[in-house]
Amino acid sequence: MALNKEQMLDLYRQMRTIREFEETVANFFSQGQIPGFVHLYIGEEAVATGVCANLEKQDYIASTHRGHGHAIARGASVNKMMAEIFGKIDGFCKGKGGSMHIADIELGFLGANGIVGAGLPLATGAGFALKYMKKNGVAICFFGDAASNRGTFHESLNMASIQKLPVVFVNENNGYGISMSQARHQNIKDIADRASAYGMPGVVVDGNDVMAVYEAAEEAVKRARAGGGPILIECKTYRHHGHFEGDPTVYRTDEEVNAWKAKDPLPRFASRLQEMKMATEAEIKQIDLEVKKIIADAVEYAQKSPVPSQDELLTDVYCN
Amino acid sequence: MAEMTYSQAINEALREEMRRDKNVYILGEDVGAFGGCFGVTTGLIDEFGPERVLDSPISETAIMGSAVGAAVAGLRPVPEIMFDDFLGVCMDEVVNQTAKMRYMFGGKAKVPLTLRMACGAGVGAAAQHSQCLEAWLCHTPGLVVIMPSTAADAKGLLKTAIRDDNPVMFLEHKLLYGAGGEVPEGEYTIPIGKADIKREGKDVTILAYSMMLHKALAAAETLALDGIDAEVIDPRTLIPFDKETLYKSIEKTGRLVIVHEAVKQGGFGGEIAAMVAEECFDSLDAPIKRVAAPFTPIPFASGLESAYIPDEAKIIDAVKSVLG
Repeated sequence: MALNKEQMLDLYRQMRTIREFEETVANFFSQGQIPGFVHLYIGEEAVATGVCANLEKQDYIASTHRGHGHAIARGASVNKMMAEIFGKIDGFCKGKGGSMHIADIELGFLGANGIVGAGLPLATGAGFALKYMKKNGVAICFFGDAASNRGTFHESLNMASIQKLPVVFVNENNGYGISMSQARHQNIKDIADRASAYGMPGVVVDGNDVMAVYEAAEEAVKRARAGGGPILIECKTYRHHGHFEGDPTVYRTDEEVNAWKAKDPLPRFASRLQEMKMATEAEIKQIDLEVKKIIADAVEYAQKSPVPSQDELLTDVYCN
Repeated sequence: MAEMTYSQAINEALREEMRRDKNVYILGEDVGAFGGCFGVTTGLIDEFGPERVLDSPISETAIMGSAVGAAVAGLRPVPEIMFDDFLGVCMDEVVNQTAKMRYMFGGKAKVPLTLRMACGAGVGAAAQHSQCLEAWLCHTPGLVVIMPSTAADAKGLLKTAIRDDNPVMFLEHKLLYGAGGEVPEGEYTIPIGKADIKREGKDVTILAYSMMLHKALAAAETLALDGIDAEVIDPRTLIPFDKETLYKSIEKTGRLVIVHEAVKQGGFGGEIAAMVAEECFDSLDAPIKRVAAPFTPIPFASGLESAYIPDEAKIIDAVKSVLG
C-alpha cells in the first residue's frame, strides 16, 4: 500500500527522533551522567522505523541490547526511556533496568535484552500466544548478525516454522559482533540464506532504505497475520558508533565508516521526500526542530525525576 | 481420599487446571500421544488436543524461552523439561529471562509459568539423568522452587503453582512417580511456602524433602524402636522457605538433621543450616548435621549409585550423633 504524505513524514520524524535521542544519550554518557553501558542505534534507524510502521496494538516486538530505536519506533515514551537510562524512578522500569532492559509489555514491547540472541525464543513465544488467543497479531524479533550464530536462533526459527507461528524475524546485519566482522564470525554473506534451513522464506533488504524495509515488512507482516507462518528478513545496515559508547572501534577503517555514512538513512530519506515532492527542505527542518525540543524535554524530565528510594531495592522480585 | 500414584496426581492437577483455565497449555518433548518420558501427561492430548498439549522438538532453549514469551503475553504455560539435568541447555532462559524479568522491568511484567522436570537418582540413569539441581534454582532471586514428596502434595502444589503469577520450578522425583498415596477427593490446593510436619516428634527435627522425605520417615520409625522420637518436616517449597515451622520444631527438639539427595557441598541444606545458625542458634542443643550426597558425579553401576544416594542408615547415624 502506498504511503501518503503524512505517513511518509511520520517515518522521517520517527527516524529523526531515534537519531536525536541517541546523540543526546551519547553526549550525556560521555559527560559521565549515565551509568553502565549504552549501545546506540545511530545508523540503523530505518530498520526499526520501517518495520514498526506496520504494527498494530496487539502486536509484540522483542528487542536487543541496542534497543532504544526499537522502543521509540514501537511508540514508547521518550521521557520514560530517558529517565530509565538516567536510572530514575520515572523511567519505564523505575530505574531498575537501565538501557539494556527498557520494556513495556502493555505497549507490546517485550524488552531490550542484555543477552545476545535471547529475544528470539521470547518473540517465538509471544507469536505462539497471539496465535493461541486468536488475536490476529504478529511478533517481531529484532536481532543482530552475531545473534544468528546462537543456538536460540536455530531453535526459535525451527520451532516457529513447525508451529507456523506469526513471527517476523528481523535480522539487523550491521556487519559486526562487537569487534568481529561478519566475514570472521560466519562463512556466509547473507543471513537470509539460513531461512531455507527452516523451511521459511528469507529476504535481503537494504536496511538503510526505510521504504525498502517498510515494504518488505509489510508483506511479511501481512503473510504472518494471514497464517502464512514465519519469515526471515535480513536488513543490511551499519552502526555509526562503536558496539558500546567508549568502544575505540580499532577493528574497522575510516574508509568503511565513511562509505556507510554516505548511505546514512536520514539524509537519504530526506532527499527522497524532496524528490518525491512529499516535503520541502523547510518542512524537514521544521520536523528536526520539533524533535530537538521533544528530546530536550525528555532530558529535562529525566534530570528532574528523583532517583529510586532505597525501598525499591527489594520490591518487584516476586508478585505478591 | 483416593489412592493414586504421584504421577497420576500430577496428571490430575494438569487436567483440572487445563479445564479450569483455557490459557494453560503444556509444551515439552514427547508430552503428546507418547504421554511424556515418564507417562505423566498420558491422555491429556486426547482431552485437550494438540493445540494445548504440544510436542516440542528437542529444543529445551526454545521450550523455556517461548514459554517465557507466551507467559508475558498472557498465557499460563506449563513447559516440561524431561530431566532437570537438561536445565543447563536452557539456563539463560531460566535465570536471566524468567527469573529477572519482573524486577528488570520495574514490576511491570509477570511470568506465570510452571516448569516441570524430573529429578533424582536411583534408576541407573548415571551422571546426566539423575541429579537434584534445586540449589542452582534456589540461588536465583525471582524463582519459586517446589519439590513435592507425596502424591497429595504434588497435586495440590502443582495446581497452586499453575495459578501463581510467579515463575515456578517444579521438581518431581522420578522414583516417586510410581509411588502410591492418599489424595483428597475433589478440588483442593496447597499454599506455596508452607511446610508440612509429616511426623510429629520431640527429640530431634529431621528436615527432608522429595525422595529423602520417605527415607527420613523410615529412619524415624527405626529410631522409634530405640526410643528416639523424631519429628520429620517436609518444607515442600524451598523458595519461599517456611522458616517458622522449622524454627518452632527446633525450639521443641533442640536438634536438627537436614537430609537431601543433592551433593552436600553448595547444597540447599547448607543454606538451611546457615539460616538456623544465624536466626535460631539459641534453640540448638547440638551442632546441625547434614546428610547428603558426596561431591562427585552420579555413578552408573548400581552398587556405586546406592553408595552415592543418602540412605536410612546414614540418617540414623546422623540423628544418633546429634543426640550424643
